[in-house]
Amino acid sequence: MHDSHKFKIPMGPQHPALKEPESFSIALKGEKILGVEIRLGYNHRGIEKACEERSYIQDIYLIERVCGICSHSHSTCFIQAVEEIACLQIPERAKYIRTLIGELERIHSHLLWLGVAGHEIGFDTLLMYTWRDREVVMDLLAELTGNRVNYAINTIGGVRRDVSEQQALDVLKAVDILEERTKYYIGIATTETSIIKRLLGVGVLSHEDALRLDAVGPTARASGVTRDVRRDDPYAAYGSLSFDVITDNHNDVYGRTLVRVKELLESFKIIRQVIKDMPAGPLSVKAPRKIPAGEALSRYEAPRGEDMHYIKSNGTEKPERVKVRAPTLANVQAVKHMLKDRYLADMPIVIAAIDPCFSCTDRLISVDYLDTNRKQIIKWQDLHAYSIAWHRRHGIDFTKLNKETRGAGF
Amino acid sequence: MIKALFSILVFPGLIFVGVLSFFAEFADRKLHARLQNRIGPPWFQPFADFIKLVAKEEIIPKEANSTIFQIAPVFALASVITAFLYIPLWDTRALFSFDGDVIVVLYLLTLPTMAIFIGGWYSTSLFARIGSVRAITQLFAYEIPLFMGILSAALLADTWSLYGITVFYNNHPLFWLSNIIGFFVSLIALMGKLEKVPFDAPEAETEIVAGSFTEYSGRFLALFRLTLDIEMVAGASLLAAVFLPVGLNLPLFARFTIYLAEVLFIVGLIALLRTIFARLRIDQMIRFCWKYMVPLGFIQLLINLVLKGILSR
Repeated sequence: MHDSHKFKIPMGPQHPALKEPESFSIALKGEKILGVEIRLGYNHRGIEKACEERSYIQDIYLIERVCGICSHSHSTCFIQAVEEIACLQIPERAKYIRTLIGELERIHSHLLWLGVAGHEIGFDTLLMYTWRDREVVMDLLAELTGNRVNYAINTIGGVRRDVSEQQALDVLKAVDILEERTKYYIGIATTETSIIKRLLGVGVLSHEDALRLDAVGPTARASGVTRDVRRDDPYAAYGSLSFDVITDNHNDVYGRTLVRVKELLESFKIIRQVIKDMPAGPLSVKAPRKIPAGEALSRYEAPRGEDMHYIKSNGTEKPERVKVRAPTLANVQAVKHMLKDRYLADMPIVIAAIDPCFSCTDRLISVDYLDTNRKQIIKWQDLHAYSIAWHRRHGIDFTKLNKETRGAGF
Repeated sequence: MIKALFSILVFPGLIFVGVLSFFAEFADRKLHARLQNRIGPPWFQPFADFIKLVAKEEIIPKEANSTIFQIAPVFALASVITAFLYIPLWDTRALFSFDGDVIVVLYLLTLPTMAIFIGGWYSTSLFARIGSVRAITQLFAYEIPLFMGILSAALLADTWSLYGITVFYNNHPLFWLSNIIGFFVSLIALMGKLEKVPFDAPEAETEIVAGSFTEYSGRFLALFRLTLDIEMVAGASLLAAVFLPVGLNLPLFARFTIYLAEVLFIVGLIALLRTIFARLRIDQMIRFCWKYMVPLGFIQLLINLVLKGILSR
């Protein structure tokens, strides 16, 4: 370590900058980053597989828990695919309510991000302020849906709860407060010197690279890519609402900050239209328990970017295949590129700037054997055999137990 | 003999400065919290933290140089307390003083940073090593403006002893106005010394966990934290003695109150400044110090040189 001045530091799986376990191994020369190795797989929960073992109604519950922040995004994305296979036309009012909750979720996610970004650059005051204001939208979501994070408002064929007149007024009142606060934050982000110093020119992702690496969401839009599923492939009520797709040409973390705070203003605009135009009518249509055979791909503009769900049904009440591609998986490769030749101090904010959600992203576990350069993926059977062997070593033998229970007629 | 021991260990030495530093930490944390729209800790929180840390198990890394790892915090604490004994508090004269003690105080206040560097380096953790290298890099940036700020005040007073400086400014109260640039330069340099935001790159939590203190725990961490607290009080007292010597002819009680108010004022300024900025990168910090603070220090030096020329005529 002394002679070459080059060393590797482990950021994660446990590190104060990361809110979820993920491993970034950074090769450093002094303060300069030479290279980054990203390893996913510390938080894999096997949700896709679990979905295939459960009915569609149970899956809504499960899919909602893919992500703690954009829970509505995932459940809407999943349900849209199911509804497409089942050829369900959901009522207009349900579409508007889905849009309303989706935009409120975007507001809460972007405010959360702003606070986290402040924390990563050592500006805790911003964290405290934004998270206080975020409470306004969290309370609103709790009032509308009964929950602060996992709203459980979606069901196949519509939504489960109505928005009353009084609630609509409360939404408008809260949006006014939030808009005023957001304008204040835009003021801070564009004038406060130490913030600009830490964000400008950091984590550059050029327009070409953003396209080449398939970045999505605010990360791509801050590199001048005008890509937004809400406009390109309208779902829910977005087709009949007017809003702008915010882009920025800074290509860096500063641009991503501006895109997010300006998107907040667009969200307020959308919510006002939704409340104004919300048609009366039923909340849901009856959905069949068994979804006919077919397949569908659904896209949704989550706060972090394009979320994608693929569902294949086989005519039973359980899906044949569920595939989730969360926005972070699309963006995480760009991080490696953004960190090239930057300083260690920029590392936390560059990672945070894609607004990573690692639990959504995590894939299967692969084991690298460093000594023999061999890679291994643990399959279900291997894991099962390993578990039996481990317990046997510790004096617990399940084989006997299995025989006994079977003998007893279970 | 007993009187001297009492002064060193109890009042205004170790125990007094320890208690005072806990209150200073409380004031700093509470103000910081209130400015951030939080409730903040109760008044006894720093005491509770200290007692909790002292009672906890300390872990010395297997790879670390055990002796140096354990000595570093004691060394740091001893040097700040010694520095405190040489600073005039509510009197023109400190507990101990001699001609040239201003240099000794500044030197003693540098030692904790050295101890943090050595302790961090020999704990062999990667995070601690990066943190300690940053701490020592930062030292070269803020130490020069701090020296320039305080020594230009000494220059005007035409003495190298803190006693002489306080007497001079007490007799010529309007001259502190000429040192206002020096006061702010020294205050900002002091924030670098105390590793407060925006100069907290050496212990930047989101990058290098806790910097030099990453491997420290239990008693040793408690001593380091106490050191930083006392350093804050010592630094504030030094600034108060050099830049804000008011009312030193008043009765003892009034002088004591004024001293506390001055320390609180400086701690309050530190709390305010650390609330409104983001952390600077280490390269930005160095650039800031050499680009803005040092020239400002030079301006202060020039002002005082010119003033001195006019005065001596």
